[in-house]
Amino acid sequence: MKKPVFYLLIGILGIFLIMGIFAPWLAPYSPYQQNLCQGLAPPSKAHLLGQDKLGRDLLSLIIYSARVSLLVGLSVVVISALVGFLVGAFSGVMGGAVDQVIMRIIDLLLAFPGILLAIALTAILGPGLGNVIFALSLLGWTGYARLVRGQVLVEREKAYFESARAIGAGWLRIIFRHLAPNLLGPVLVQASFGIASAILAEASLSFLGLGTQKLPSYGALLNHSLNFLRTAPHLTIFPGLAVFVLVVSFNLLGDFLADYFRVEEKAKKGW
Amino acid sequence: MSSYLFRRLLWFFPVLFGVSLVVFFFLHLIPGDPVLMMLGESARPAQVEELRHQLHLDEPLYVQLGLFFRDLFTGKMRSIFYHQPVFQVITPRLLATFELAVFSMVLAVIFSLPLGIISARRKDTGWDFSFRTFSLIGVSIPNFWLGPLLIMLFSLKLGWLPVSGRGSLSHLILPALTLGMAMSGFLLRISRASMLEVLNAPYLKSARAKGLSERLVIFKHALRNALIPVLTVLGLQFGALLSGAVITETIFAWPGIGRLLINAIFSRDFPLVQACVLVIAFSYLTVNLLVDILYALVDARIRFRGQK
Repeated sequence: MKKPVFYLLIGILGIFLIMGIFAPWLAPYSPYQQNLCQGLAPPSKAHLLGQDKLGRDLLSLIIYSARVSLLVGLSVVVISALVGFLVGAFSGVMGGAVDQVIMRIIDLLLAFPGILLAIALTAILGPGLGNVIFALSLLGWTGYARLVRGQVLVEREKAYFESARAIGAGWLRIIFRHLAPNLLGPVLVQASFGIASAILAEASLSFLGLGTQKLPSYGALLNHSLNFLRTAPHLTIFPGLAVFVLVVSFNLLGDFLADYFRVEEKAKKGW
Repeated sequence: MSSYLFRRLLWFFPVLFGVSLVVFFFLHLIPGDPVLMMLGESARPAQVEELRHQLHLDEPLYVQLGLFFRDLFTGKMRSIFYHQPVFQVITPRLLATFELAVFSMVLAVIFSLPLGIISARRKDTGWDFSFRTFSLIGVSIPNFWLGPLLIMLFSLKLGWLPVSGRGSLSHLILPALTLGMAMSGFLLRISRASMLEVLNAPYLKSARAKGLSERLVIFKHALRNALIPVLTVLGLQFGALLSGAVITETIFAWPGIGRLLINAIFSRDFPLVQACVLVIAFSYLTVNLLVDILYALVDARIRFRGQK
């Protein structure tokens, strides 16, 4: 990928991050301020992206929704990567029956396709930000655990691993001092794709009415727009465009990081 | 080959059991009393006790587990909302979902395979760039956005296709396009990468060296090997189709198992939720098993590994 595209991606993601963090200062109106007389009003000078059925400013709702998307995306990825790293490293290092049991648990969780388990869990636990993050993280860690375990199995055969063991280094020291730096690249690549998937999953849950109900979210905005496809198309176009741009940017960032770390690895090997 | 299939089948049943076990514990994860949650706070005590008994929640946990599996196998598990055995409610919906999923899959394959091959053969050209862009859009576009956009264009503006429902082929097109878009993007990406790898293989050079036409080289030699990774992805993506169907069916009011699941969630019909999740997971696992068997039939290396 060319550098200008990378800078463009960073710029777009930076804008979303700023939107998320500084939403109360950036949003022209409160996302809860209703004006029923102007419900479904199209874009105008006062409301650049128009108003929803309750007369709330769509631009403000989109700015606030970035907050939920990024919060869920980043939380799920941080929790998943941390749990996945610890479980994967433990599994790889212990080997034998422990490794087999952990891998079978992962197989079991992956037997539920896509966000099905998250749908079932949020249905049972009830909607809410915490439950959404929990439900998505419950599946999210499996990918990282597999990645880290695979890497541990490769690394433990190498000379440095044996030398570290020979001089009496404990497993924890080996994992954090020697293994973790080698895993930075693959984990970052997976994290970038992971944020995109978590954002999509959160929006899907909100669209189904199982996500965060009190906070504005792209999925919920799109769900509410379904009854007004003919009369107020702006309610569908703009929130969808926002979540689409966010997801594409993280997916492209993942591609870029994958290319970057592949090149770096080749350079290390002297190719 | 047979030992490979045997091992694969041997693993299939413990996973089914594990999935059922996870689903069994769903009811026990509900914060508070699940029976009160299903019936509401205003339910009469007699009603509460009756449902508690029907769901075996008045028994010790190990007995509940046994009765859960008994009800599952004998088809006695009942929906609270429909007052019918759950599988009677699910079967017609499952067929509708399969109809949609298979049509989406066929559309995705017909569309993305040729584009993937062209993209690989014309690597780094304008065609390649546009197909790759399409693939990225396909993978990233949320189906809960694409669906309404397609309705706005093809149903409301042009009036070519119906907005929702199930019936004729025209009802199937928009939901199938919505559901199959992500799969198209993914398959295009995989088929391009896989074709690129195969195109540089030495056996293709020898095929060309012996004077075969380019068409024969591609269709007889390259495609067969390039299809192997595509087949695996197809199996895995079928799962994505099944879970994606939950959203697509909600948008297009398609009477499938995904919409049934969401309705069951909102009517707090937890036995039906459990049954829907189980059936979707079972379908996914079965399709993956079939793909693995097919994979072994297509790829000689797996057959031989099995013999060893």
